Amino acid sequence: MTSEIKALAMPKWGLAMTEGAVTAWLVEEGATLREGDEILEIETTKITNVYESPAAGTLRRRVVAAGETVPVGALLGVVADASVPDTEIDAFVARFQEEFSVEAAASAEAAGPEPRFVDAGGQRLRYLVMGDGKGEEGVAPLVLIHGFGGDLNNWQFNQPMLAEDRPVYALDLPGHGGSAKHGVVGGVPELARAVRDFLNALGIQRAHLGGHSMGGAVALHLAAEEPARVASVTLVCSAGLGHDINIDYIEGFIAADRRKEMKSVLETLFADASLVSRDMVEELLKYKRLDGVASALRAIADASFADGRQSHVLVDRLEGVGAPVQAVWGAADRIIPAAHARTVPAERRHVLDGAGHMVHMEKAGEFNRLMSDFMSMA
Amino acid sequence: MSKKSYRQAINEALAQEMRRDPTVIVMGEDNVGGMGAPGEDDAWGGVLGVTKGLMPEFGRDRVLDTPITESAFIGAAVGAAATGLRPVAELMFVDFLGVCFDQIFNQAAKFRYMFGGKAVTPVVIRTMYGAGFRAASQHSQCLYPIFTHIPGLKVVVPSSAYEAKGLLIQSIRDNDPVIFLEHKVLYDEIEEVPDEPYTIPFGEANLTREGDHVTIVALGRMVGFANKAADMLEKEGITCTVVDPRTTSPLDEDTIIEAVEDTGRLVVVDEASPRCGMAADISALVAQSAFKALKAPILMVTPPHTPVPFAPELEDAYIPTPDKIADAVRRVMA
Repeated sequence: MTSEIKALAMPKWGLAMTEGAVTAWLVEEGATLREGDEILEIETTKITNVYESPAAGTLRRRVVAAGETVPVGALLGVVADASVPDTEIDAFVARFQEEFSVEAAASAEAAGPEPRFVDAGGQRLRYLVMGDGKGEEGVAPLVLIHGFGGDLNNWQFNQPMLAEDRPVYALDLPGHGGSAKHGVVGGVPELARAVRDFLNALGIQRAHLGGHSMGGAVALHLAAEEPARVASVTLVCSAGLGHDINIDYIEGFIAADRRKEMKSVLETLFADASLVSRDMVEELLKYKRLDGVASALRAIADASFADGRQSHVLVDRLEGVGAPVQAVWGAADRIIPAAHARTVPAERRHVLDGAGHMVHMEKAGEFNRLMSDFMSMA
Repeated sequence: MSKKSYRQAINEALAQEMRRDPTVIVMGEDNVGGMGAPGEDDAWGGVLGVTKGLMPEFGRDRVLDTPITESAFIGAAVGAAATGLRPVAELMFVDFLGVCFDQIFNQAAKFRYMFGGKAVTPVVIRTMYGAGFRAASQHSQCLYPIFTHIPGLKVVVPSSAYEAKGLLIQSIRDNDPVIFLEHKVLYDEIEEVPDEPYTIPFGEANLTREGDHVTIVALGRMVGFANKAADMLEKEGITCTVVDPRTTSPLDEDTIIEAVEDTGRLVVVDEASPRCGMAADISALVAQSAFKALKAPILMVTPPHTPVPFAPELEDAYIPTPDKIADAVRRVMA
């Protein structure tokens, strides 16, 4: 229990989020909360997710009613110890509301983390960095690597929370997001080289790696090649642990150039298909329309998933990775079967129910806890 | 990504395609400006500055000022396209179409067909259209239905800066003659536009809103108005799907029909005159293909069948507005 008063503020999920709608409160005023308890549901134009309590205490106020839309940073509710008098809570709310203005929030947002670019091994790569490791020396940063067709925004529910303990970098692989689209050749080994160049360019000596799907195989490959530079590896619904892959998804994603096709392709990524919003579809179509993307995706798919199977299976290289490796999977993954997690020892694999291939989005809270616990032990 | 105006988006599309492909050239009245006088280089960049900056980068061989003779330079552009260049000719106002229509509809539009597919005509004609600029009857018309009527032409009506850049690059790379219509009131509208080149395919409508009750189909500047109407109506509990066809030829019939099948009601908004326009055309399409899905008569929101008035009050009354669109939606819901 804490005696301080804690504001629950509208979070910023992803670069484009400016406001969110509270769709439902999941707990009543007066409820006792542990850190990580789900408090309310928030819907953005892109996706719906739960907001978890940042601290233990009592939910003292629900400031925003279900159905209301408020800007990023706005006060949603207040958590404090039950012993804090109501008058102090009211004074806290009044002070917050007085100091909070949409303009200030908007300009703070403009000053917030913006993606940057770095020239790594001759390729221009985009990345987003959050967190400073609280100034502690020697804290290894985390580097997050998205999957085929993804980008750094895939970590929007993870990066801000994980950045409380250490600097967290999310990058766009070559051919993806805001990184260079031309001259992309090869698959996992070439992409792992690009990540190594990225680490070199930013002067990162040693890092925790988190890789999703194809990005998991990239992380594993890098860890096997350069074991001294890797503190831990978290494989998320990862490629590289078996030959199976839903090739219809890969080919469908490459082929989809219309909303309807793209929507049905994306629905296979989630256990809850209703999470695929109009904006999510539109954003991916916008990415796919960029010059060079089609040939980059083709080149990567040909090198990585020829004949409908994964080409780069790295199970026999797991032993060469000195750092601890954990696997996190969605039980309902329809892209890479959760059975592939069995290549990792039982105590280091976590198969989460109610989640598909995007387990880090669908079960963000649980995922974030697994990841931060694992890294703090590693 | 950065914020760009509709004008900047078009300029960037031209510059990026000229860098990529040396056969792309730009020509039109005062597309450079200054008549080569010392200190007056690049004085205009077209009458509203859309091509400004191209001549200094690409030189006078690729950015041509033409005489005020649409019949000559539109014909020259068509001929240049037939012989291997990719010209982007600017017909300053679409209202001047009358003096060069033979070059467009009897020549450019027919080459591929009459030469048995052996000839291609990759010409783009950029042209300004639309009312609301206080420019009177001869500089304010929406004449895209006339081009849409001619088989062999592709007709593009971009509704925003993002749309304009991707559709113009697609137009330049397309091997058929494309008429690219820029609404002059949209030039300063700003939105996020990728810095990299990208293409938006023809014949694929965009849904800018998705709702349950009414489908609104709108083109060009009217898309923004339809979005405003949809946002107003949402507060009243009426949700709308807004369809922006992007291109009137080819027309994405499937998306329009599917959207109407979902909502059961249709309002078509068009800034062009009501007779033989896109509003009538799309209404006919839906009446023919989705009649059983309709829960209410189709309504068209268009100007009256008159020339565009010069008096500001009359011009404002002439143009469809978000309020007029919202009224039509309420009527089909009644």
